[in-house]
Amino acid sequence: MTNNIKKKVVNTHGLAVYLWIWTLLFVLSACSYAVDYFQFQGILRWSLILFFMFAKAGLIMAFFMHLFWERYALVNVLLWPMTAIVAFIFLMSAEAKYTVFTRLFYFVAGTG
Amino acid sequence: MNNNISDLPKKFKGLKHDFSSDQVTFKGVNWGKAMMWIFLVSDTFIFSCFLIAYMTVRGSTPIPWPNPSEVFALTIFGVHVPLLLIAIMTFVLITSSGTMALAVKFGYERNRKLCALFILLTAIGGIAFVGMQVFEWTKLIFHEGVRPWANPMGANQFGAIFFMVTGFHGTHVSIGVIFLLIYARKTWRGDFDTGKKGFFTSMRSDYLAIEILGLYWHFVDLVWVFIFAFFYLW
Repeated sequence: MTNNIKKKVVNTHGLAVYLWIWTLLFVLSACSYAVDYFQFQGILRWSLILFFMFAKAGLIMAFFMHLFWERYALVNVLLWPMTAIVAFIFLMSAEAKYTVFTRLFYFVAGTG
Repeated sequence: MNNNISDLPKKFKGLKHDFSSDQVTFKGVNWGKAMMWIFLVSDTFIFSCFLIAYMTVRGSTPIPWPNPSEVFALTIFGVHVPLLLIAIMTFVLITSSGTMALAVKFGYERNRKLCALFILLTAIGGIAFVGMQVFEWTKLIFHEGVRPWANPMGANQFGAIFFMVTGFHGTHVSIGVIFLLIYARKTWRGDFDTGKKGFFTSMRSDYLAIEILGLYWHFVDLVWVFIFAFFYLW
């Protein structure tokens, strides 16, 4: 049993790492809530929301989900497919702009 | 295999080495863990589709979108606080993610009691989260008359997106809580020390199962980060 513990401890990361990440996540969450509480608007609001969101997501994935310590074979297989989402966002944002244009044109401007 | 993994090349050289080697690509990664990761990638795409649908729907309606800051505000002791319940839910979920990370750590160290205790704490956090979500839904459905097809605050699509996205996430949390409770019991009973066979899979398990469970739970927290940013704050 003691042998087992000694062998396994090599693989684990110190308690301090988790507590630090935990604290950081709390601070970042408080920051993103503050964005709403103080009612920042416009570009400042959106960039702050995105910054805190990606910071939190990155910390969770890197340390809580251990990706920071995984081999690149796994990390790259997991992360590259996510870039497809970015392409999809651009496609659908163009689609939404087109839809709202047709709605405004035919329902409002086109009625006259 | 685990003994010589530290001798293998690292970073991108390691990537090339692992993919051009025979047999096992993901060196030192248990098959269950690899399968959980693949499931999580597919689940990421499902949640992305929901959030992209939300973006499309919100961007394509000429009618103003309800202000989430006001919709989800609470009045506590006569003080009007915007988005309070959602902020508390966020902190509860992050706390439970932290306890899960510690449970995984204690699992690695084969510390049976602390591992079980922290899984149980995580489950309690999850139950609290789902409880607050039930409160939120009740408030919106019965007191404010929000329906998937209409609501008194603005664009009709708001209800449909809200119930779909938070409902799907809440389902994930609920399933997670069920598994957390099952695994808290298994850990406490010492199944991973004695090598007792699971009643459903009839396979021997290990503390590695806690890491796999942890991946799922952190993912649920991860999805909430995106829902919180895009649905509640945007």
